[in-house]
Amino acid sequence: MAQKKGGSRVSEDTEERHILQAILLADSFAQKFRPITLERPKVLLPLVNIPMIDYSLAWLESAGVEEVFVFCCAHSKQVINYLENSQWLNIPKFNVITIESHDSVSAGDALRLIYDRNVIRGDFVLISGDTVSNMSLTQALLEHKERRKKDSNAVMTMVIKKSKPSPLTLQTRLGNDELFMAIDPNTQQLLYYEDKADHLKGTLSLDKTLLADNPAVFLHNDKQDCYIDICSPEVLSLFTDNFDYQHLRRHFVKGLLVDDIMGYKIFTHEIHSSYAACVDNFRSYDTISKDIMQRWTYPLVPDVQFSGNCPTKLERQGMYKASDIRQSRSAQIGPFTLVGNGTTVGDHSKISNSVIGEGCTIGSNVTIEGSYIWSNVTIQNGCQIRHAIVCDGVVIKSGAVLEPGVILSFKVIIGPQYVVPAYSKVSLLPQPTKQDSDEELEYADNSSVENQSLLSTMLDLPNGEVTSKPSESSEVGISGVGYIWSVCEGGHEEEWRHSIAPISAEKLIDLKNVAQADLDLLTQDAGVLPTSGELKPDSDIANSEDADTEDFRDDSFDKEVEATFLRAVHESVEQDHVIIEINSLRLSYNVPFSDCAGAIFYSVMKLATETPFTTNSELYRTTVNVTTKWGGLLKHYLQTIDEEIEVIMKFEEICLESIKEFAPLFAQILHLLYDKDILSEDAIISWASEKEGADESDKIFLKQSETFIQWLKEAPEEDD
Amino acid sequence: MSSPVMDFQVVVLAGGASKNLVPIVSKEVPKPLLPVANRPVLSYVLELLESNNLKDLIVAVEGKEAALAVGGWISSVYVDRLHVEVAAVPEDVGTAGALRSIVHHLTADDILVVSGDLVCDVPPGAVAAAHRRHDAVVTSLLCSTPTSGVSETGSSGGKDKAKKPKRCNIIGLDPTRQFLLYVATGSEVEKDVRVQKGILRAVGQMEIRADLMDAHLYAFKRSVLQEVLDQKENFQSIKKDLLPYLVRSQLRSELSSNGAAHAEETWNEKLTSQNNQSFFSQHLANATKQSFHELYASGLNGSAPAPASRTHKCCVYIAENSKYCARLNSLQAFNDINRDVIGEASHLSGYSFSVHNNIIDPSAELGLKTTVGPQCMLGEGSQLGDKCSVKRSVIGRHCRIGSNVKIVNSVVMNHATIGDGSSVQGSVICSNVQLQERVILKDCMVGAGYVVTAGNEIKGESLARKEKS
Repeated sequence: MAQKKGGSRVSEDTEERHILQAILLADSFAQKFRPITLERPKVLLPLVNIPMIDYSLAWLESAGVEEVFVFCCAHSKQVINYLENSQWLNIPKFNVITIESHDSVSAGDALRLIYDRNVIRGDFVLISGDTVSNMSLTQALLEHKERRKKDSNAVMTMVIKKSKPSPLTLQTRLGNDELFMAIDPNTQQLLYYEDKADHLKGTLSLDKTLLADNPAVFLHNDKQDCYIDICSPEVLSLFTDNFDYQHLRRHFVKGLLVDDIMGYKIFTHEIHSSYAACVDNFRSYDTISKDIMQRWTYPLVPDVQFSGNCPTKLERQGMYKASDIRQSRSAQIGPFTLVGNGTTVGDHSKISNSVIGEGCTIGSNVTIEGSYIWSNVTIQNGCQIRHAIVCDGVVIKSGAVLEPGVILSFKVIIGPQYVVPAYSKVSLLPQPTKQDSDEELEYADNSSVENQSLLSTMLDLPNGEVTSKPSESSEVGISGVGYIWSVCEGGHEEEWRHSIAPISAEKLIDLKNVAQADLDLLTQDAGVLPTSGELKPDSDIANSEDADTEDFRDDSFDKEVEATFLRAVHESVEQDHVIIEINSLRLSYNVPFSDCAGAIFYSVMKLATETPFTTNSELYRTTVNVTTKWGGLLKHYLQTIDEEIEVIMKFEEICLESIKEFAPLFAQILHLLYDKDILSEDAIISWASEKEGADESDKIFLKQSETFIQWLKEAPEEDD
Repeated sequence: MSSPVMDFQVVVLAGGASKNLVPIVSKEVPKPLLPVANRPVLSYVLELLESNNLKDLIVAVEGKEAALAVGGWISSVYVDRLHVEVAAVPEDVGTAGALRSIVHHLTADDILVVSGDLVCDVPPGAVAAAHRRHDAVVTSLLCSTPTSGVSETGSSGGKDKAKKPKRCNIIGLDPTRQFLLYVATGSEVEKDVRVQKGILRAVGQMEIRADLMDAHLYAFKRSVLQEVLDQKENFQSIKKDLLPYLVRSQLRSELSSNGAAHAEETWNEKLTSQNNQSFFSQHLANATKQSFHELYASGLNGSAPAPASRTHKCCVYIAENSKYCARLNSLQAFNDINRDVIGEASHLSGYSFSVHNNIIDPSAELGLKTTVGPQCMLGEGSQLGDKCSVKRSVIGRHCRIGSNVKIVNSVVMNHATIGDGSSVQGSVICSNVQLQERVILKDCMVGAGYVVTAGNEIKGESLARKEKS
């Protein structure tokens, strides 16, 4: 292996202290900033009037990194051009090298490519190009090196930061997914990592072996991941060895923690007073912009020159003003606002908590609140703009209103008096057809890159042509130009979470209710635990308050399986194909086989109820037909007795909750499943004995099938 | 603790003929009366309570006969020192069952429930105070799991040594280590840890510990205890059912008598500084200094039209590492505790040790060239023949021990007879046992009144008389 060679050299080098390298991923491999990112890469989007990548590079330089590999993929030309024209390539002792790729669809691909280039010689810092930080790396690097000396398996140090301590701010501040971590308090080793938390699952399950090795473990819900990693060269080779690692956290970190074959370890480094955050979505864009204005990121603040930015002057109340502003005397420019060079503000306009770029023209009686107006934007008289992002070259005609959460992409024109509805995204480019986004939920992000390059070629058309096309549509008011993107299905949930608009009171309540529902689920969950007494809360309490959460419980996995199954039924897909599809679903949702079995069983039973029926015997007949047809599929997922028991339990649940029609047929169908060899005798008997200890209300079905079980127990031999 | 702890009633769950202590328990000697350094084990709890000024006690004993025996002993010893009521509770109803049968006789606001087999020096008053300070529904005493250090000198020696300390509980604590957020006991300990996300969200950080043991000393709010025991009829064990139930439902309290209405103002500074934060002031502008329980409840009340979510608090008192804490709940523990009480935890025994670090009653008779080593105890009226050697053992009253007898790491109860040339190692010899000449016992348990015939060599067995019934 090439790495071997490199490795030995590294060990020599470490003695002399070789230069510190960094990898900066100038592509987020996500779509969260669409539609803006269709036209410009995310790292070049201005954050308080300075491209994001400048913050990242400035920090790397100040932290003592001497060589940075900037990995560009989407809009790579734009990034490279930008860097070539910037000062970054000419700083002594700070070497910026671009690596270009056209076919990488994930961070994993990027790291594999960099590994192939064989340019990383020692420990390196891995960040994405949207990182804003002022932390010092010295301590973290030192810790990492010390650990490496003692244990060569300590391959990565992850920077974390305590976030605001309320359960709700955790989620609402940066719009991130909720993060649960388990950390060893003594060694700071990361033991568990769960982002993209499934809200429907009320519990967090720590492997028992984890506690066997550590007498104490800290569980955290109050930390945020800064997405700054200090990695050893092994990390790159790990990505190469595991070609299916795509996402840094979801695959790589999880892979190391869960499938820990080689004993690789990840450690954490907590920062306390310094700042570190990633612009992951519009909400964090908003939050981080405000943090910059409020100088949490010092020295990376607007009045300190750290890249090619124009000098601004800090005035009272967090006001930053460039030197060349024409501002009407009657205009009020409020607190925490930055106004860029060459901008004109008309009479009686009010601007607060906003960033205005360079060369903007703002008419009179305009209200701008909590918004980000990029460069060369024209806002005519009487417009109202709240919590919106307005990109370069946009024209907002007089009297137009932008409701909270609106994103206007480059050169959009909003017609006069037009009210852009909340959360709309408007772009000159039509929304890409979503052929790709439906199928592979998880990887939808990735395929976008191809899409992007496709669309960016469209952009190369002369401007006039692009603008002329949609003008007739006037989706955005008379003489307006632009398409309003519809929110794709399922996106609504994310929409408000990631938007820059403040979260409405109802959503906050919803959030809390989710938290509450968790606890409800929990009390139910616990009821399943086979401890001695009765642990379920009294059913009346549970029912009255759980009624609305009931639907939650069938989590999305079950729904997906059902949908897949139904499609298979209606389009008569082959059974083998169904199995493949369900397997991939299983993998992407990371559920055990038993859940799979349960979900399929549910789908099969649901199918049986689709045929109209009036009597129980009719229902039974359809059930027989359906199980005959799909028994093979079910059987495929019932490899062990545990899964069979799971299915019986699921059946009980179905009878009790979702499809009560089956309740009187429980014993009959159980017998049927036995006859069809779907359930084994052992499974039924162990289910029965398991249920023996349950409380009375739980035993209805056991009683119903008593004779059948008795028969099973008594005549096992003859039966065979 | 000199301050009087007012209005706490104490329930001592003394147990009875515990099955896991056969053969050393019997009808005559139920579990509460098992000797630890020649004193009934129950006396350790009673004296601990007495020293904390907790003198109003109910001692619940399983079975009528056992209750009579225990009652007799208590009234003979503590008649003018404690106000004790002995209650016979049905057998095999579990700790929660025992509590249920007497819970309606309780009148005080708060109840301290102690296991009668606890030998420890942690002041229960401190637990009671922590309970009061937080207005908790339950406060549990936790102590560090006994490490393998105990078995270092132990009889069963080698077996446990290599292993890590046995894990009794998995406990989840808040960052201030005052609140109990998660508890797993029994078989759950060996399973994956399943933590409620809701509670983790509310508290932000949770410390999961596997090295703490539930010491079976709890303070309960009486109203809660009564309500839960009445409603949850199949709760059997305090540790396995009642406590987990209370812990699990703390943010979603179903208790009627307790709730968020109990807003208290004097919260621990440290806790508030961690929980009092900007979010609610930012979004709701009603944050006050509260524990996470109240914060959680108020967060829900603040803006949501939903009914107020009630919370209750489950607290812990964690004993310092230097404190001794053990429960006599197994044969191994019986041996260990006896050894500890005259050894490393000798302050518990209440005896004063001689210069040789042992206790030999003046009325005991020792033969020629007989040696009694340190960390030994010899009860009154016992006789040892010539050339005997006793090491790290407790010998009861009026025992007759012949010549050339070796007793190491063992407990010999009252009125036992040991013949010449015998050797007893790591064993328990109950009262009235007769070992004839040249008996060699290693790691044995010999039940009361048993006779071992001459020359027998027995290893690792449990010997008991057939019950004549």
